Amino acid sequence: MNEVMDAPSLATILTATLLIAGAAVTLIGSVGLLRFSGFYQRVHAPTLGTTLGTIFIAAASMIYFSTLGIRPVLHELLIIVFIITTTPITLMVLVRAARFRDGAGSKPGGHGEK
Amino acid sequence: MSTMFSWSITTAQILLSLAMACAAFRILWGPRAQDRVVGFDTLSVNAMLLLLAFGIRSGSALYFESALIVGLLGFVSTVALAKFLLRGEVIE
Repeated sequence: MNEVMDAPSLATILTATLLIAGAAVTLIGSVGLLRFSGFYQRVHAPTLGTTLGTIFIAAASMIYFSTLGIRPVLHELLIIVFIITTTPITLMVLVRAARFRDGAGSKPGGHGEK
Repeated sequence: MSTMFSWSITTAQILLSLAMACAAFRILWGPRAQDRVVGFDTLSVNAMLLLLAFGIRSGSALYFESALIVGLLGFVSTVALAKFLLRGEVIE
């Protein structure tokens, strides 16, 4: 009985794998944020961590808490939907601000004028 | 909770802490203001993921609420900072 209790179940293995995968993807995105040279390259790297890492870690939390039976699993879907929605908005707004600060508003076709 | 599971949670927390350190270095050494804003956005999302990992380790549902609040405030403050970079003021 004790060995059965100690043996890792499928949900435990799935939770651990998703946690480490999400944390590794987030670390890769943050290292890309640290190592890239220009701003327009640098702004792309953390979106990998924010979307894919959030999906993986929230799925791990969802699987773990639904296995424990503490609460329903739908809470983490809120975080996933929120992050997927807000990451492109953040990137678009930041790149627009950076283009304006780089003086792209004076070029034809730019839209950074006041 | 088996030994393998707690070890994997510890590994995930160490990886997320390294990611937060990378974002903090970008905030400290960012050559321009928009680099610091991107670093802050990454730092807030990494803090949210670290809170989710803490919630899995402790088995408590309270960490989820704080993770949601950290993510929401990170998005709002990033958009406010980008608006400040674009216009010079947040509310006009």
